[in-house]
Amino acid sequence: MIRRNIQLDKNGRLRHFLTIEGLKRQVLIDILDTAESLSGVTDQSVKKVPLLRGKTIVNLFFEASTRTRTTFELAAKRLSADVLNLNISASATKKGETLLDTLANLQAMHCDMFVVRHAESGAAHFIAKHVAPHISVVNAGDGRHAHPTQAMLDMFTIRRIKGDFYPLKVAIVGDILHSRVARSQIHALTTLGVTEVRVIGPKTLLPKDVESLGVHVYHDLEKGLDDVDVVIMLRLQNERMQGAMLPSEHEYFQLYGLTEAKLEAAKPDAIVMHPGPINRGVEIESSVADGPRSVILQQVTHGIAVRMAVMSTCLGTTAQMEAQEGGAA
Amino acid sequence: MRILIKNGRVIDPANKIDAVHNVFIADGKIAAVGESIAGFQTDKEIDASGKLVLPGLVDLSARLREPGFEHKATIASETRAAALAGITSLTCPPDTSPVIDTPAVAKLIRQRAEYAGMSRVYSIGAATQELDGETLSELAALKEIGCVGIGNAYAPIKNPQILKRIMEYAATFDITMHLFSEDPSLRDNGCMHEGGISTRLGLPGIPEAAETAAVARDLALIADTGVRAHFCRISTGKAAQMIARAQYDGLPVTMDVCAHQLYLTDMDVGEFDSQCHVRPPLRSQRDMITLQEAVARGNISAICSDHQPHEADAKLNPFRESASGISALETLLPLTLRLADDKKLSLSDAIARVTCGPARILGINAGTLDEDRDADVIVVDPEQYWTVSEQTIQSRGKNTPFMGWDLKGVVTHTLINGAFVD
Repeated sequence: MIRRNIQLDKNGRLRHFLTIEGLKRQVLIDILDTAESLSGVTDQSVKKVPLLRGKTIVNLFFEASTRTRTTFELAAKRLSADVLNLNISASATKKGETLLDTLANLQAMHCDMFVVRHAESGAAHFIAKHVAPHISVVNAGDGRHAHPTQAMLDMFTIRRIKGDFYPLKVAIVGDILHSRVARSQIHALTTLGVTEVRVIGPKTLLPKDVESLGVHVYHDLEKGLDDVDVVIMLRLQNERMQGAMLPSEHEYFQLYGLTEAKLEAAKPDAIVMHPGPINRGVEIESSVADGPRSVILQQVTHGIAVRMAVMSTCLGTTAQMEAQEGGAA
Repeated sequence: MRILIKNGRVIDPANKIDAVHNVFIADGKIAAVGESIAGFQTDKEIDASGKLVLPGLVDLSARLREPGFEHKATIASETRAAALAGITSLTCPPDTSPVIDTPAVAKLIRQRAEYAGMSRVYSIGAATQELDGETLSELAALKEIGCVGIGNAYAPIKNPQILKRIMEYAATFDITMHLFSEDPSLRDNGCMHEGGISTRLGLPGIPEAAETAAVARDLALIADTGVRAHFCRISTGKAAQMIARAQYDGLPVTMDVCAHQLYLTDMDVGEFDSQCHVRPPLRSQRDMITLQEAVARGNISAICSDHQPHEADAKLNPFRESASGISALETLLPLTLRLADDKKLSLSDAIARVTCGPARILGINAGTLDEDRDADVIVVDPEQYWTVSEQTIQSRGKNTPFMGWDLKGVVTHTLINGAFVD
């Protein structure tokens, strides 16, 4: 039985953006190209295009988040869409309403897109399986599973600075076990065809059989950073000091914290990335975070254009945009 | 009523029968298997040519949801589905509500089953009161009321000293201890097998060690106390090998496996399919093959359904939040027949795993076609296909990952106590 990819509509166009996994390389490239053409919008004085005028986008956040929600909100507004912010953690589910009932109520209000963040892996897929045919779902992070828009803005950043994906060696450092960002980044990097993806961390923070995702495993930071073009640092959460995963932030910083000295192992023009928010002195030294090789703030800027690209792609209006601009690249 | 089942391929592994025979039933008992009986006045004749004639199946674990969870299913609905699926005896785990920790609850279940008049229902008594894992239940009383064993369902018995004492007490009265071996700390909040798939899906995993560590501990205590023990729903190849080795060393241990563990792996979870959310979890391809081999060799002497019917809402949630369990009565026989079809073991051995094998573990008089035994007999068309669908599943629970599968093996007649079930 051949199961159609739930993310694609029956014409093979992207309808939901739930995970990088299972998407063809060209789909990712198209999103990056669309983001490139939309990135000019932020530089204009009137920061809007009418692409999604009349559409209603609902930010359905079951897990609190200010950063991601604001970038999605900004992106939607720059596309002239109406935005509804729903912080579900505070409302109905506490009263025992099922996820499906929450959805049904929202759908009755005629929305076009749900941007969903949820603590459970698979929540975005679950919602996508149960929405009406005209509604699109964008995953803003589900449990440990995926955070595809973050991965796309990271890829956009890499492409802008490094140009070509093929020759790159990329290292992801830190708590890969609990990271949805890392999983999406790994899928994006392998789909886009980089030379090598490395994960670096102690065994307690690396998931079982992680090699099966197509990565090389390192436990030594310097060895792992040897000759690398892109270093992606992950945030270390406080909870990791419980349950015997790590002894202390101190030891973690000694072994896996990115300092100027450790960075010497990488290529001289290597860039440093971080999905944010950063823990200075835990996973990264301030001088590196603020230094010339850090592109952390550029990632944030790119986040808006990339999310605009994802939203407009899923709501099917890129074709309209190309027609409007007369095919300009 | 005098019934003649004619010309069927009779498979009665306990009596080493696998041949075309006639089966004569009179007054609710099996009168004879084989040649004609002189002067047998047949009231009803069934032509079983091309079909199998088997002892009614014995299912080691089927949750009937009554008392306590009647919104999911009832004794009446599930024993009927079981009977139509060829299961004439089934065993109910103790985690009803209230728990089967007193003779009163066991009696209630038995009476409701008798009233329904379908499959026979046996109970596993709760080893600890309210399944708390600490306070011993009145095991002797539970045995006396007819419980065929005691166990703690999914609830862990964390303190090894307490487990040892429960085993000693059970051994005093020659009661079989049913163990679900899983270390709760290693299980943690896991919801599927820990491996490449759980990593990919970002779902917390249950490592193989959660089962093997617990099995190792339990084997040590069994050796110490001499209790007769049965390991329920083994999911890892390693644990099956450990228990097999213990069997060769002479320990009084048996084990069973769920039918679905022999066909599905963690890969079947796919894109978070909650129909594959089960406990113990679906494990790797290698585990599945090792379990099949253990079933073929007979180290695993029983295949059970582990039937857990749910209302539709229970599965309509993101994977980890969905309820675990499969509605499995009606796929038990077809999946078992398929094992023989796939040449993993002979048809006779496959039938043994769902008839005399489980009956021996429970110590009940069932699963055979011995003369003078209660006539629990089924007739099966082994070549007829049916599609698993909401309409064909008779159980109240439609939660199965086999939905849409075409399976071979249809029960055409079920007799319990020599009476037809329809």
